[in-house]
Amino acid sequence: MSLVEFKNVSKAFGDLTVLEDLNFLVDKGEIVFIVGPSGSGKSTLLRCINGLEQISAGSLCVEGQDVADKNTNIREIRREAGMVFQQFNLFPHMTAMENVCYGVRRSRGASRNEAQRVAQEMLERVGLSDRSHHFPSELSGGQQQRVAIARALAVNPDLMLFDEPTSALDPELRHEVLKVIQDLAAGGMTMIIVTHEMSFARRIGTRLIFMDNGRIAEDGNPDALMSNPPNPRFSDFLAHIS
Amino acid sequence: MNFEFQVIIDAMPSLLEGARLTMLITVIGLIGGMILGGVAGAARAYGNRYINITAMGYIGIIRGTPIVVQVMFIYFALPLVADIRIEALYAAIIAIVINSGAYMAEIVRGSLLSINKGYIEAAFALGVSRWDVFRDIIGPLAFRRLIPPLGNQFIISLKDTSLFMVIGVAELTRQGQEVMASNFRAVEVWSTVAVLYLVMTTGIAVILRIIEKRMKIL
Repeated sequence: MSLVEFKNVSKAFGDLTVLEDLNFLVDKGEIVFIVGPSGSGKSTLLRCINGLEQISAGSLCVEGQDVADKNTNIREIRREAGMVFQQFNLFPHMTAMENVCYGVRRSRGASRNEAQRVAQEMLERVGLSDRSHHFPSELSGGQQQRVAIARALAVNPDLMLFDEPTSALDPELRHEVLKVIQDLAAGGMTMIIVTHEMSFARRIGTRLIFMDNGRIAEDGNPDALMSNPPNPRFSDFLAHIS
Repeated sequence: MNFEFQVIIDAMPSLLEGARLTMLITVIGLIGGMILGGVAGAARAYGNRYINITAMGYIGIIRGTPIVVQVMFIYFALPLVADIRIEALYAAIIAIVINSGAYMAEIVRGSLLSINKGYIEAAFALGVSRWDVFRDIIGPLAFRRLIPPLGNQFIISLKDTSLFMVIGVAELTRQGQEVMASNFRAVEVWSTVAVLYLVMTTGIAVILRIIEKRMKIL
């Protein structure tokens, strides 16, 4: 069974069609990079997977559960599909530690001690155990994003969704976030990553999807696609981004 | 004219009695107003169409009519239209609850809707329930933004209680008028009444400032 399964998925906001007839599977262990011009539907695609947006047509299953089905508990899907946002979205009234504990306690129902143990472990994993009592406003952008990754990981998901995780960061802070993602890849985490970091996609991606106007225009091996762009839209995109 | 402090000393007991009643009406009225305003504000922010229209109707009627008219209606008209007879003090408290509730509803609605959607989505994305997101994320963040405008409303409502002299509630302004009717010392009496109001409103401002500092407004 595939972890994520898109079958003829479409999504429209009113009259505006954002995703059109998407078909693809993501299997366990894949590291899928999604790239494309802004407005091509990348973020919307990601947000449909954990139900932050509702699909308009087709079927979208996560671990065999249909996200659009009334009987599906969307909270179960969200526990298995952690999300990292472009703007980090750390809770500003909670310390790094409290941010990471929050999902473990409220979503997994862990005790305070258990949540703190998990949170400590996750903060160590992203290299921020010495910042656990700082508030988000006291952390750099790169540190905030690493805490946000720890917060998503703490719930123990099977899949991680990254929505432009480095786009809001200064160039010199990006590498620390990419390093954390790279470590996750080495650990075998299944990931779907929307990004503009093409060289990073080439280095660690197992698959590259190029979105154009709400459709999947290319889907293949990152290295092969980038060294030999099969269509002019994609080579234009590559030329504009680098 | 000569300003006589003895007049103030003699008038003080009845003025303080009035100030006590003013505080009582204000405190009970504002607690009720916060509950009513919280419900109506949440209805405005999250309610469906009908709930929203109901809350809008309430807010519109109350904000669009003077508080004196409202308390007169409660005290003099309700017994005639619905055979509900209310003591003047209770009529005053009800008027403050209903009146401040309408203004606070808009304050609450504004703070609820001002919370960055990103925080709410982040919490949902962790698999947290709606109620927990409201209690742990939206509530605390909105509350911090609520404090400054709420303080403003507290002060306005406290001063509005002076209008309840029209139904004979023995609050501070009414007491001042009665003292003056007996001794005709307008300068001493009204200066003292003003200072007593100032002490109470300053007290509210200071308490809210302390809460605000403790909560570190975000």
